[in-house]
Order: sequence, then structure tokens, then C-alpha cells
Amino acid sequence: MSDILILVESKGGALEKMTLELIQGAGGLAKELGTGVSAVVAGNETSQLADSVAAYGLNKVYRLEHPLLKDFQPDAWVAALEWLCKQISPKVFLISHAFVGREVAPRLAYRMNTELTTDCTGLRIDPADKGLVRTKPIYGGNAVAIVKAEGTPQIVTVRKGIFDPAEPAPAKSEVVPMAPPLNDSAIKVKSLKTVEQEVVELDKANVVISGGRGIAEKEDFELLAALAKALSKTHGKVLIGCSRPVVDKGWMSSDHQVGLTGSMISPDSYVAIGISGAVQHLVGMVRSKKIIAINTDLGCNMFKVADYGVVGDYKDILPALIKKLED
Amino acid sequence: MKGPKIIVCAKQIPDPEAPFSNVSVDVEKREVMVDAPDVISPYDENALEAAIRIKEEFGGKITVLSMGRKVSDTVLRKTVAAGADSLILLDDPAFARLESRSVAQVLSVAIKKIGDFDLILTGRQAGDWDSGQVGLILAEVLGIPAVSLARSIKIQDGSVVVEKIVPVGYEVVEAALPALVTVSNEVGELRYVARTKMMALLRRPMTIPKWGTKQLDLSVEALRPVQLTELCPPPDMRRDCMFMEGASPDEKAAKLAAVFKELR
Repeated sequence: MSDILILVESKGGALEKMTLELIQGAGGLAKELGTGVSAVVAGNETSQLADSVAAYGLNKVYRLEHPLLKDFQPDAWVAALEWLCKQISPKVFLISHAFVGREVAPRLAYRMNTELTTDCTGLRIDPADKGLVRTKPIYGGNAVAIVKAEGTPQIVTVRKGIFDPAEPAPAKSEVVPMAPPLNDSAIKVKSLKTVEQEVVELDKANVVISGGRGIAEKEDFELLAALAKALSKTHGKVLIGCSRPVVDKGWMSSDHQVGLTGSMISPDSYVAIGISGAVQHLVGMVRSKKIIAINTDLGCNMFKVADYGVVGDYKDILPALIKKLED
Repeated sequence: MKGPKIIVCAKQIPDPEAPFSNVSVDVEKREVMVDAPDVISPYDENALEAAIRIKEEFGGKITVLSMGRKVSDTVLRKTVAAGADSLILLDDPAFARLESRSVAQVLSVAIKKIGDFDLILTGRQAGDWDSGQVGLILAEVLGIPAVSLARSIKIQDGSVVVEKIVPVGYEVVEAALPALVTVSNEVGELRYVARTKMMALLRRPMTIPKWGTKQLDLSVEALRPVQLTELCPPPDMRRDCMFMEGASPDEKAAKLAAVFKELR
């Protein structure tokens, strides 16, 4: 009762880093509230995952288990989490601001008659009323709002990378199996098939080379690829990214997109080519260690956040640069 | 089935691609000031594009619903120029800065007033607060299936078949109509509207219903604004940029190559 609850997410059977970050963040809030942290694991076979979360010294790990929770069917997950919230009445519910949370949290909040704040970058407890004070960047990151909200649980989704990942703790958590009463009628949206595509993980790259609206033709990305090839001999893993207009044109799949609704990354070097620097893009790359910009427009925003700049046409600069790097 | 009746929810916002130097924060008034013209939120434009493609393939009718404070029909008429059939504005001082559930509540009342519909499309999130809540909550309020992050939408035997973006690629899902789908930018940009067409449309008399709390029979007390306790300017992102000077692209490239060698 009265715990802080976090939603556990995993990939390939391993805990996601963002879940460890939630554990860490929840720990801080629990101290302010004078309560403990519990976690919920949802799925078809959850025992192994529950055990790995239990190693983080939480109060309880709820194993929400049902055949319909196999894979991620939003209708089933929302129904199961609603049922759990009604069983255990958490005070605070933290969910990562990622694929699952984006879909589940708004619907869950509505059903619990509570007001959700998404994509929070800071959280604290108001000592006066024990409510959750939520920091949320708005207008793409051009302003930062501090908001409070009605309802229980106090529910938010949390941006990745805001908290450090938690370390395992000596005390083990109690694992509590829970069987939510789900049936097929809860599933309004039927999954027909999932098509797996090759997905780039930009956050694993040492260098990301991105193109934007200033790239004239799809074929010109070959110039970026050639630069990536040249740099990969000396600079580690080099991947190609882009800003949103490139995805809108269908030139690249969305896993390459850097920014608010794409990847938020901080590589050793970020090379922005033909990207003017809408703030929604900047928030996704501004924490890069070094930023290099190539653009024809001296006045563009990308130069304001860059360490190194070249004013010029990438069609002239890139071939010359690649040649120099290969010499 | 005959052509689907589609409702597209489109929000008017200050241009989210305005350079950050044009955006300032009034800490006192807790307001963001954007020195740029208003536009339709980009993901809502994607939703409209998806609706127009459905209409091209299956026929039907598109109604655009836009809610806010001081909604401008000049901005929203672009939706009609692009291919929507009608436009309804939900405008009331009480609609300023509402929290997501209240927005969904107002939209649901307006949608019931419109009557029959098969499909509701919204952008995945609005380009001002980027909350990504209203569409999904609206589906909850109306008690209809919700599919998020669509990259393509088809109508098939009274159902909607959606390719939705998932972390490993995409998933094909199906839901019975009526349903709500939130649309992602992978659908593609809203088609180009020629300036001449837009200008002609602005001159043409057009009935654009404007509904407020009175027309919707809503009590103002039931609407909750966002509890904004503080508004701050963003952390400073600026760095000192060292420019690669040179008389030719070759010279500039040589200097940049030297930088890369240093960063190794």
C-alpha cells in the first residue's frame, strides 16, 4: 500500500536500462515520501524477469501474469495495469517515456481518473500535499514547465537518461504473483503480424552523421555514407541519422530520426549536414560531446550549438573532406 | 461499405519550427511567446494527409475539428484546400490551456454533436506540449478501439487495418469501426496546397460552425486547466562555434579533416 510503483520493461529477457533509471528515480522520491518502491512486471512468463528486478532491493515485485499479456497488446496491458492499480492503490506510478508508456499511460490515467504528465525530466514531492511536482520541457524544449496534477496515483512518464541506473542491492524483494481477470473481450485491436525490420541503434554509435531538409536528393545520402565509411576506420562505430523531414519524405526509416520523437543521443561526435536546427531536433543531439555543422546558412541555429562549423554546400565539402580523410 | 466518415482533430499552434531565437518565456505571466505565425500542428497535418488518402481510395467525407482559444479559420482553411470537406471550430475562452482529459471531453461532446462517424484521426502528439495524450484518451471516452503511431491506414470490410510503428519495425493491426487512430510522421507530409488555391479559398464564403461551451452544453466548471506552477526558460544550449575559414571548399574541408583527426 501507498507505495511508489514502477513499470518494468525488458528486451530479449533483460531489464531495460530505462527501468533501472526508474528504480533509481523512484528511490529518491520514496525517501521524500517516507515510503517504499515496488515494481510491476507484466507478461506471459514473468518469473525470470521478476527475479532480476527483485535483486534491486524493492519492497515488492508484482508479477502480473496472463496469456493475453504475452507480447505487448496495449488493450490487455491497460486492463491489467488498471486492475492492479485498483488492487494495490499506489500513490505514485512511474513509467518510462518510451513505446509502451506512450501508449499505456494516457489510457490508464484516464481509467484511474488521474491526470498524467508525459516525458518528465524532473520529479520531486511537494512537502505540503505530498503531490508529485513534474518538470516537463514544452515547445520542443524552448521552455520548461513545472506542473502539478490531480488524482491518485500521481502518474507520469519519465524521459530516458534523467536518472542514473540503479545498482543491485543486498536486500531481495518479495515477489507477489497476481492473476488479472482478463478475457478476450478486452482486446479490441487485433494484431495480425509484426514485420521486423533492420533497426539502427543510434545510441550505440561513437559518431552519428545526420542529414536534414538541406539534403537535396535521396541519393546524396550516399555522400554521408561515404563519410561514415571513411570515419569508421579511425573513429569507432559510425552511423547515419537524420532529422524529421527526411523521414517524412520516406528517404529513411524512423529509427534513423534524431530528436524529440526519435532517438535522444550523446555520441562523441555529431555531424549535422543541412540541418537548420529546429529545437525538436536539437534536444535529441545537443548533449553530444562535439558537434560539427555543415550548412549554407551562416545564421542557422545549428551553428549556435555547434563546436565546429563549415559554411558551404555539402556537395562541395563532403567529397573534399572524404578525400582528405583518406589521404 | 460506402465511403467512411472521417473526423480529423487538428490543433492550431505557434510554428514549432520557429528558430529558438524567436521564442521567449514570460516567467511572470507563465507564458511562452513565439514570434512566428500559427500553423496546424505537424502530426495533425500527417493525420489529415492520411484521411485524404483514405478518401481518394474509398470515398467518404472528412470533417476537421479544431479546438482552442482564438482558433483562426485562416490557418485551418488550409485543411479544406488540401481536401477536407468541412471544418468545425471549437472556440471558447474556457478552452484555453486545458489538461488533456478535459480536451478529450470537449472533443467527445463535439463529436457526438456531429453524429455519425467511422474513423477519428489525430496526430500522435501536438507540437506545443508534445503530451501525446488527447487522441488515446478520446478513444477511451468514446469507448472505441485505439491504435497509435500509424504509418499507413486502410479501410477493409468495416474495419481499419493499420501499420503501426513498433520498436522492431512495424505491426499490422486490425480494429472494427468506429475506431480512433493516432498518426505518426512516417505517413508523409500533407500534400502541397498551391498559394492560388489557398487564396481563392480564403475569399470564398464558407460556413464554418463555431461551437463554444454554450453550443456544446458544457459546464465550464467541469473543465480543468493545466496546473502550471512555474514556467522557466530552457537551459542554455549555446556553444562557441569555430568556423573553418577558407577561400575554397577544398581549404575548408582540409581544416575540417584536421579537426576530425584531432577528435580521434
